[in-house]
Amino acid sequence: MHYVFDFGALAQGEYPALLLRGLLTTLALTGLAWLLAFTVGILLAVIRLTGSRVANGIISVYVAFHRNVPMLVHILFWYFGVPQLLPAPVADWLNSHGSEFLLSMVAIGLVTSAYVCEDLRSAVRAIPSGQAEASRALGLSFFKTMRKVIMPQALRIAIPPLLNQTLLLFKNTSLAMAIGVTELTASGREIENATFLTFESYAAVTVIYLSISFLLMWGGASLSQRYRVAGGR
Amino acid sequence: MWEILKDNALLLLIGQYPYGPVGGLAATLGLAAVSLLLAFPGGILLALGRVSPYRIFYLPASAVVYVVRGLPLLMFIFWAYFFVPLIIGRPVAGTTTMVVALVCYESAYLAEIIRAGIQALPKGQQEAGRALGLNYMQTMRKIILPQALFNMLPSMLSQFISTVKETSLAYVIGVQELTYAANQINSVLLTRPLEVFTLLALTYFVLNLGLTALVALTERAIGRKRSGQAVRVATT
Repeated sequence: MHYVFDFGALAQGEYPALLLRGLLTTLALTGLAWLLAFTVGILLAVIRLTGSRVANGIISVYVAFHRNVPMLVHILFWYFGVPQLLPAPVADWLNSHGSEFLLSMVAIGLVTSAYVCEDLRSAVRAIPSGQAEASRALGLSFFKTMRKVIMPQALRIAIPPLLNQTLLLFKNTSLAMAIGVTELTASGREIENATFLTFESYAAVTVIYLSISFLLMWGGASLSQRYRVAGGR
Repeated sequence: MWEILKDNALLLLIGQYPYGPVGGLAATLGLAAVSLLLAFPGGILLALGRVSPYRIFYLPASAVVYVVRGLPLLMFIFWAYFFVPLIIGRPVAGTTTMVVALVCYESAYLAEIIRAGIQALPKGQQEAGRALGLNYMQTMRKIILPQALFNMLPSMLSQFISTVKETSLAYVIGVQELTYAANQINSVLLTRPLEVFTLLALTYFVLNLGLTALVALTERAIGRKRSGQAVRVATT
């Protein structure tokens, strides 16, 4: 077997732009889904902590549903199923504004929100209940206690698992290609189809994924170093 | 939805089996079980590398684990799609591709679980083994690994759940499993995607909920066994 690698071909014509566009789509998808995941996740965690039985039950079903069903199935569900539920004008608007990007973003974000909620909840449980009791005794309301006493500590404890979720979220955006979003993996496939340089195009995509993942891992490690809970574990 | 399930139950369960490859739920579970079992030897080797005091073992094992953690599974599937036929010199079925990709991916995750199990054991175990005259590998094989693997059974079962979910990606390369079957039904019915995909999601949900219950059960059994051991050690 004699094979000459031809990475130069990838640097020609439209291919660098295609890769870059794929990368930007991946990053946009990651960023937006991350915002959604953390907003919903934090909200759910706080609601769960209020101790309402009904809310607790509903949220635990939500979390179980999102954690036990594959993300790809959620993406397919949102892409194929949900537009059927929406009123026609909204569905039309979605279709003409890149529904695959928006709906995969929602699916990925909501699935990750379930994991974020669970990570936060276990971080809050790691904080001694005396903290909450003391701050309530000092006259802070439930939400003030959450915002000023519990959450700042819980978020620090939760930094490593939450960063891990961020990394997983970044990797999982590749699933959006199943419904036709041209993110990084899909643009790699496109270049492969056009050039037949399978090894080179996959290698390029792999290197891009790895560099961003390593950046996230490294950033995560230094972040959790910096924000260690003083006197904590 | 009920009617869709009634009409397509067989397709969802075993695919087109007598007339084609096994598909549906059976293929999903089979793929996950075979992949995780095959990933086991690799996982143990990588874990041994990760806890090894020698840099020649530690560095490559860590590199493999970090690279796998940094790449999407989909990339592994495409790499396997490209490399496996090249290595064995003939085209292979999508199922084989998927198993190869999953084995590579899962062995790194299993390795991290096993490593955590090894590191969670008290240091005295290793020291006692060495003091009794066993060498490093004997200590690992006869004292450390049996305990670490046993204690980590719940985590490995959780990994099995993750693997079940990950097999859905096989749909992307056209392997006939549960997600593929649902898509087949969807393209036959055409107008009822909401019901079809709700059904698909519920199937995975019930399956994995059952498996989660199993995890909780083993967790409790192992917890009981371990606390029993602790008491025995304390009283003798």
